[in-house]
Amino acid sequence: MAPVMDGDLVRQDAATLASAMQAGEVSSAEITQACLDRIDAVDGEVHAFLYVDKDAALASARVVDEQRASCAQLGPLAGVPLALKDVLTMRGVPTTCGSRILEGWRPPYDSTVVERLREAGVVILGKTNMDEFAMGSSTEHSAYGPTRNPWDLERIPGGSGGGSAAALAAFEAPLAIGTDTGGSIRQPAAVTGTVGVKPTYGGVSRYGLVALASSLDQAGPCARTVMDAALLHQAIAGHDPRDSTSINAPVPDVVAAARNADIRGMKIGLVRELGGEGYQDGVRQRFDEAVTVLTDLGAEVVEVSCPNFEYALAAYYLILPSEASSNLARFDGMRYGLRVGDDDQASVEEVMSQTREAGFGAEVKRRIMLGTYALSSGYYDAYYGQAQKVRTLISRDFAAAFDQADVLISPTAPTTAFRIGEKVDDPLAMYLNDIATIPVNLAGNCAMSVPIGLAPEDGLPVGLQIMAPALADDRLYRAGSALEQALVDKWGHELIEEVPAL
Amino acid sequence: MSSTTNTRMAFDQALERFEPVLGLETHVELGTASKMFCSCATEFGQDPNTQVCPVCLGLPGSLPVVNAVAVESTIRMGLALHCDIASWCRFARKNYFYPDMPKDYQVSQYDEPLCTNGYLDVTVATDDGPREFRVEIERVHMEEDTGKLTHAGGDTGRIHGADYSLVDYNRAGIPLIEIVTKPIVGTGALAPLVARAYVTELRDLMRSLGVSDVRMDQGSLRCDVNVSLAPAGEPWGTRSETKNVNSLRSVERAVRSEIERQAAVLADGGRVIQETRHFHEDTGETTPGRSKEHAEDYRYFPEPDLVPVAPSAEWVEELRGTLPEVPSVRRARLQEQWGISDLEMQTLVNAEALDLVEETIAAGVDQAAARKWWTGEFTRMANEQGVALADLGITSSHISRVESLIADGSLTDKLARQVFEGVVAGEGDVDAVIAGRGLVVVGDDSTLLAAIETALAEQPDVAEKIRGGKVQAAGAIVGAVMKATKGQADAAKVRALLLAHLGVEG
Repeated sequence: MAPVMDGDLVRQDAATLASAMQAGEVSSAEITQACLDRIDAVDGEVHAFLYVDKDAALASARVVDEQRASCAQLGPLAGVPLALKDVLTMRGVPTTCGSRILEGWRPPYDSTVVERLREAGVVILGKTNMDEFAMGSSTEHSAYGPTRNPWDLERIPGGSGGGSAAALAAFEAPLAIGTDTGGSIRQPAAVTGTVGVKPTYGGVSRYGLVALASSLDQAGPCARTVMDAALLHQAIAGHDPRDSTSINAPVPDVVAAARNADIRGMKIGLVRELGGEGYQDGVRQRFDEAVTVLTDLGAEVVEVSCPNFEYALAAYYLILPSEASSNLARFDGMRYGLRVGDDDQASVEEVMSQTREAGFGAEVKRRIMLGTYALSSGYYDAYYGQAQKVRTLISRDFAAAFDQADVLISPTAPTTAFRIGEKVDDPLAMYLNDIATIPVNLAGNCAMSVPIGLAPEDGLPVGLQIMAPALADDRLYRAGSALEQALVDKWGHELIEEVPAL
Repeated sequence: MSSTTNTRMAFDQALERFEPVLGLETHVELGTASKMFCSCATEFGQDPNTQVCPVCLGLPGSLPVVNAVAVESTIRMGLALHCDIASWCRFARKNYFYPDMPKDYQVSQYDEPLCTNGYLDVTVATDDGPREFRVEIERVHMEEDTGKLTHAGGDTGRIHGADYSLVDYNRAGIPLIEIVTKPIVGTGALAPLVARAYVTELRDLMRSLGVSDVRMDQGSLRCDVNVSLAPAGEPWGTRSETKNVNSLRSVERAVRSEIERQAAVLADGGRVIQETRHFHEDTGETTPGRSKEHAEDYRYFPEPDLVPVAPSAEWVEELRGTLPEVPSVRRARLQEQWGISDLEMQTLVNAEALDLVEETIAAGVDQAAARKWWTGEFTRMANEQGVALADLGITSSHISRVESLIADGSLTDKLARQVFEGVVAGEGDVDAVIAGRGLVVVGDDSTLLAAIETALAEQPDVAEKIRGGKVQAAGAIVGAVMKATKGQADAAKVRALLLAHLGVEG
């Protein structure tokens, strides 16, 4: 029988690794060691990780290997290594959220996502870099220095989950967990040529996810293939009584949908408002080609209009800062993390104020101030109140569009990866990166970014966003998998194969 | 923060010139087994920070889940106060920085309270007989309690000037309901009594619902008292808010004190400042705290970590069916059932002995005996020990056992008191105390006769008097016998034996 695997361990996708382990061709310890060696070799340049626990990773890999040896019933991802965004708690492991203010904090509890990963036998390698408290689209706002895009080390890997996406593109891990508040899984996926999914709001428990904006945050899978994302999605999703906003309904069978990959007769809506002006030429070109591929696969592509998407960015930058200003209040130096100015003379207010002054970066302070203002008495109705109304209108736009189409599509991000430093001092330019991804967070439905090629002008990856109604996450995987297979057939290889050697 | 000396106007004089308006905000800790948003225990008096978890410590990433029993208790409270119950309402975050709040916001309810528009009727005694007032309820809402701060060093016991402060988060997240009255007008000189009667009635109502142990001494019922004054017929004055008034008596005194203080300020041409004030048990006066002239902006917004509370109409009706008898109705019923006077009923209520007496009677004890024990001996013991009557450790089964021993002559009243002292001292149940202390009625005739003969020999003159027909002189001999038997004899029996011994008709 032919071996399952061919070539370098670290370049294999998770499904292949899992099959190879089942076939006894390789152990989890060997795979884990290969990832750790790869991290040693390239992470000095990429800086995807904030923390790697080699001993713990190898120990959990060995446990899986022993279980397999004793013929235990193991999950489909047992023994596969994974990179965890540093915004999810893991007992005893530093969780910084990319901020100085949480430096040294080791949470005493596991997030539900980590708990489910452990149950699935997934090997957690360490914690990945991110924009501070997930505020950003470039990972430049990490207090621990930027992560670099493996496609071009002078460029950003997207954000906030740039660490997780870069870890995949640099072959440091085959799987990663991200969180998506306005595009933080999908935009990094787009600019690193990987796959990222923001599940339906409430589909994956937020317990243990350090909140940026509670009504928008959602953890989800990051991977190099749609099938890997589906396997990871299946492992982490499902109802959690510890999260009141978690949906108590069966998780759609996303793995079956990825396997099915048949979109004949599927109605695909092209969102008129997401595209056109402000989108890079190469992004549009690849997007148009992908639309042709989808048509060739038997889908019916129709144009839909979502007129209120125009106001999404404005509404988002009121709702997010408002919730964030409250969620981030607890970082006051009283109980954990950084404490500044406690000289036995300073009052409690002075210590709180000095701690926050020293512990938060500029972008975090900017959003706390915005949110504090937007919630202030006398301004609440005009800002937060209006933004919530826009949110309702956006949900209605989606509902109307999903009456005409099974899924909607758009470019994931308006541009390919920009240069480090290019937009760091221009918050508005930075915010515009998320123009196509934000509506989904506001409405609470689900979306995926899949790689659709390289922009001709800069040779950098472009992503296509597929959006589906709430609880119809399986449609993302059916369409995404179909598109992925067609493109791989067309190119003769996966796009990720083209990432330059580090 | 300069505290001007409290010049005061005599109460009667103040009421001649001004009309008081009251408002009461009462916080009650619900008696749920677990906290408002997590499964931590709520037991009072445990070691600091032992009843905590990531949720009530507000650790990053943790999320709240609403305690369904707390919602149920709040709805029952709302129904008992004749409130409308919202079919859909949300929690809100109240944002402000303070170290007793783990998240630096409190999860509360803001513009969407669970219960609104109710009332509570209260009765106060006046010289012209009882007078009833209807106190209207604005709202009843749910929220979480904060941690408890202890400030060490400094003179004031407050955070300013303290050397350091300790925080106990055991209390953080305990479910609270806040009951807010509408402005209470037209009470005049009865204002302090109405305030006290309202809190008393509220407390009894909550106790009868079983939703809280409503212990003011343990802080499970805390009251903020708002008072304003204005000349009759003029618009209401500026109010002060006296925080954390923690006994029924203090509620009455705080209202009185604020009326006297504000009257003096207004009479002097001054202006009452809108502020928070602290009540001092020792002096019965209030002193200024935080000024509320520049109201703090709490930046309320709907709590996004929780889903709305949407009690179904069927559930609310089901809960309405579980409401117990209203305390005032119950009092009237029991008074009639037991055939006791208004005064006797009032004595029971004042002693907080109503529930205990009812329970004791239910255990088969005669009503007069039950009342006598609880309002007499036990009240004295509770006062002596500084504990609540209910916490004395005496149960209705103890009383029922003692009463049956008295009935069959195994105990005397005096011995019975010693038995209860033993029970309270933790010496065990009734029979264990009797055995441990050797408390038996000296009952056999030969022992008693021997003691009688000794006493007669010691007091021959008394013996003569009795023989001579002065039966009332027998008391001296009975007394001597009781003393000789250390009170363990039945006096009536001694008397009978004595008279028989001397051949005198009793």
